[in-house]
Amino acid sequence: MIGTISYLVFFATTASILAIAVLGLNLQWGNTGLFNGGVVAFFGAGAYGTLILGGTPQDGHLGGYGLFYPLALLGGMAAAGVMAWIVGLLTLRLRHDYLAIATFGVAVAFENLMRNAEWLAGGAKGVRGFERPLRDALGDGFLYNIAFFITVLIILITVYLFLERLVASPFGRLLRAIREDEEAASSLGKSPSRIRLTAFITGSVILGLAGGLYGTFYAFVSPQDVLPTLTFQIWAMLIVGGAGNNRGAIFGAFLIWGAWTASGWALSRFAPVEAQLYTGSMQFVLIGVVIVGMLMWRPQGLLPERLVVSQRGSKE
Amino acid sequence: MAETVLSTHRLSRSFGPFKAVDGVSLEIARGTITGLIGPNGAGKSTFFNLLTGALAPDAGTVTLAGQDITGLPPSRLFELGMGRTFQIPRPFARMSVLENVMLAPTGQVGETVWGPFLSRKQMRDQERQIRDKAMEVLEFVTLGALADHPAGKISGGQMKLLELARVLMGDPALILLDEPAAGVNPVLTETLIGKIEELNRQGTTFVIIEHDMDLVMRHCDPIIALSEGRIVFQGSADEAMTDAGLLDAYLGTPLHA
Ligand SMILES: Nc1ncnc2c1ncn2[C@@H]1O[C@H](COP(=O)(O)OP(=O)(O)OP(=O)(O)O)[C@@H](O)[C@H]1O
Ligand SMILES: [Mg+2]
Repeated sequence: MIGTISYLVFFATTASILAIAVLGLNLQWGNTGLFNGGVVAFFGAGAYGTLILGGTPQDGHLGGYGLFYPLALLGGMAAAGVMAWIVGLLTLRLRHDYLAIATFGVAVAFENLMRNAEWLAGGAKGVRGFERPLRDALGDGFLYNIAFFITVLIILITVYLFLERLVASPFGRLLRAIREDEEAASSLGKSPSRIRLTAFITGSVILGLAGGLYGTFYAFVSPQDVLPTLTFQIWAMLIVGGAGNNRGAIFGAFLIWGAWTASGWALSRFAPVEAQLYTGSMQFVLIGVVIVGMLMWRPQGLLPERLVVSQRGSKE
Repeated sequence: MAETVLSTHRLSRSFGPFKAVDGVSLEIARGTITGLIGPNGAGKSTFFNLLTGALAPDAGTVTLAGQDITGLPPSRLFELGMGRTFQIPRPFARMSVLENVMLAPTGQVGETVWGPFLSRKQMRDQERQIRDKAMEVLEFVTLGALADHPAGKISGGQMKLLELARVLMGDPALILLDEPAAGVNPVLTETLIGKIEELNRQGTTFVIIEHDMDLVMRHCDPIIALSEGRIVFQGSADEAMTDAGLLDAYLGTPLHA
C-alpha cells in the first residue's frame, strides 16, 4: 500500500516537473510560434546551475557554493535565461526553421560540453555533492517525498496562474499576433524581434525552473539527463495536450509521462527477453506514432487553444 | 499649395536586375485622397512597402511631415502616424476580430511581461478604453457583429475592412490602402468609400492603390500613375480623364465620364 502511494508520489512529482517544462515550451511555441528544438539545453542549464550553486564544495569541478536553496534555484533559472538571451540574440532574427536548427545545435553542444568539461560540471560523472534542502528536518523518506511533491505542485500552480494571466493580457495578444503574422504586427507598431526575444527568454527561464527542480529531486545531474530524448518527450506532451492551451500542456505532460512509464513497464514485463534491450527504442517509436497520429487526426491537440472573446472579463 | 505630408525623392528598389521602383519623386498634400494607379507589376505595392519601411530602398529618401524616415522600421512608422493595409489581407487568423483590432494601439502598459502584474489597475482601465474604442471602430466598418469570430474565418472583403479597422485604432494622419475594394462587394465598397471620405473630411490623408478606374476617378484627386517603376502621369482627376496616352497605354480601357 505505502509502496503504491510512494510510487504514485514519485510519478506525480516527475510529471509535475515535466509539466512546468511543457508550460515553458508552450509560451514559446504555443503562444508565440517559436520553435525551440533544444528544450533540454535550457532545462539542463537550470539543473546544472541550481546544483552547482547550491551544492557542497567538490574537488575537480566548479561549484559547491552552498547557496541558500531558493537562491540556487533562482540562479539556475537565471542561467537558463542568460543562455536564452544569447541564443536569442544570435538566432531570433532568423526565421523559424533556422531557430529550430540553431537551438537543436545548442542542445547538442550543451550536452557535449557537460560531458567533456570536467572542470566545469564533473564531466560524464555529473554534479554531485548536492544536499536536498531541509533534509535534516524531514529526513530522506516518504515524508520528504510528500513535502517535495507538494512544493513542486505549488510551483506548478503558480507558474500556471502566472502564464494564464500573462496570456490573457495585452502581452499575450502581442505574442499571438507575432505567431500569426509578424509583418502585419510590425505594420501596427509592434517590434517582432523584441517580443520574440522576451517570449523566448521567459519560456526558457521556466524551462530552467523545471530543470532546477528536477536536479533537486534527484540531487544529481549528469549528461545522461540532457539527452535529446527529453526535448522529444516535452514536445510530445505539448502537441498531444494542445499547443496554445496551458491546461492542455499540463494534461499532456501527465498523459505522455504516464504512457511512457506504462509502456516501459509493459515492455519489460511482457516483451520477450531478446527484445528488452530495445525497450527504449520501442518507447520512442510508440511516442513517435502518437505524435504523428495526433498531427494527422487532431493537430490542435486534446485541449485546443481557446479564442479570446469579448465577453470574457469585459463588461464586469 | 497645401502642406506636404509625405514626399519621396528618387526612391528606387530593384529585385536582382529588375527595377521595380525606379527613381520615384512625389509629394502628397495633406488632406487629399491620392489615387495610385498603373498596370499589374507597375511597382505600386513595392512603392508602399518602401514608404512603410517593409522594404529598404536601394536609393532615395522618404520624408514624413518634414522628418526623414528612410530606413525606419514599419513599427516606428505606425507610431509616427502612417498606417497601411495589405493587398492580400493579413489577418491574425487564430485571434478574434476584436483582438485583431485591440492589438493595434501603441503604448499599452500590459504589453510587457511584468505589466499585467505590476500595473494591473492601469492595464484594466486601458483595456476597457481600448475595447470600447475597438468596438466603435468595428461598428464603423460594419464588422461589429463579427467581433468574436476568428479573423481567419471571415470573408476576404471583411478582412479588408478589418485591416482598415486595425489601422484606424492608431489614429494615423496618413493611411495607405492597397486595393481596398478588391474582392469587396459593390454595396460594401460604397460603404467603405463613404467611410474613407468621412475620415478624410476629418483630416486624414489617404493614398489608395486601386484598379477600379471608375472608383478612382470619382473619389481620388490627384491621381498618380506608375508604369515599370516610374511615374508616367501626375495630375488632377480631370486631367487624367482626358489624358489619352494614360488611358491607352497604361489602362487599356476607354473611360466614359
Ligand atoms: N519580394 C520580391 N521579390 C522579387 N520581385 C518582386 C518582389 N516584390 C515585387 N516584385 C516584382 O516587382 C514588380 C512590381 O510588383 P508590385 O507588387 O509592386 O506591383 P503592383 O504594381 O502592386 O502590381 P499589382 O497591381 O498586380 O498588385 C513585379 O514584377 C513583381 O514581380
Ligand atoms: Mg500590388
